[in-house]
Amino acid sequence: MPWLALIRPGDWLIIVLSLLAVGSSIPVFWQGGLADRAIIRQEGRVFAEIDLKARKQFEISGPLGTTLIAVEPGRARIVADPSPRQYCVRQGWLMRPGEIAICAPNRVSLQIAGRTKVYDSISY
Amino acid sequence: MTPSVIELTITAEDRRVAWLATAAVGLSLVDAAIPSPLPGIKPGLANIVTLVVLTRYGWGTAVWVSTLRVLAGSLLLGYFLAPGFFLSLTGTTLSLLTLGLARHLPARWFGPVSLSILAAFAHIGGQLLLARLWLIPHDGVFLLTPIFAAAALVFGTINGLIAAKLLAEPVPSESA
Repeated sequence: MPWLALIRPGDWLIIVLSLLAVGSSIPVFWQGGLADRAIIRQEGRVFAEIDLKARKQFEISGPLGTTLIAVEPGRARIVADPSPRQYCVRQGWLMRPGEIAICAPNRVSLQIAGRTKVYDSISY
Repeated sequence: MTPSVIELTITAEDRRVAWLATAAVGLSLVDAAIPSPLPGIKPGLANIVTLVVLTRYGWGTAVWVSTLRVLAGSLLLGYFLAPGFFLSLTGTTLSLLTLGLARHLPARWFGPVSLSILAAFAHIGGQLLLARLWLIPHDGVFLLTPIFAAAALVFGTINGLIAAKLLAEPVPSESA
């Protein structure tokens, strides 16, 4: 017996509605969409905004030395930094909009941005 | 041997529930043996038994079989009363309630595939809610919702098809 014969008309309706529900749940739960830009800041000012499409390396100099940033399709990370505790390096790859790695001692930060702006906190 | 004071009469219904629950427990063991890319994504093969029982013997029997499966399955796999047990119990409860409503859909149009998909969504929905309320009280839990929902749709459809195929065959004799 072919498997398709086991699906009744209403089942198709349920399958199609479920597919729509699953599809529409993606923008609801994955707010900000996919990561498409990386923003590098130095001393609080934007140093560069990079499309997360190509493979690139950046060297940003700060008061302590040079911070090395790697950009790959869909993700970015701080490869090396002279800061004593290495927090921003240990964060590893950033790939979701809103994620940020801050190398405070060297005054460099790397943030991922999507199409829409994501807030990390809101106060009234 | 001294005759026991309390005599439990075992009905044919009891034997049937026990057999079906055994089949369901066996399938949950198979489920647990299948490697999964993400905790929480499982084929849920035991639900095939629930669907067949629901259609053949009614909702009451399905509740018995599912509850026994969750209890015995968790004992065998060693997670009885662990967080996974409560996730499993919540998921099962919600999907049974959904099945209780959905089985009143006109059978001419809606078959086991519909029931299976709806039950799978209820199952993962219940688990996500419990995880959010109790285990991980942070909205980050819901980030995985689209993946879980997609998995529920895929496995729900497959299990529903298997159940529909089993139901299309003649009722086995109950000589066991």
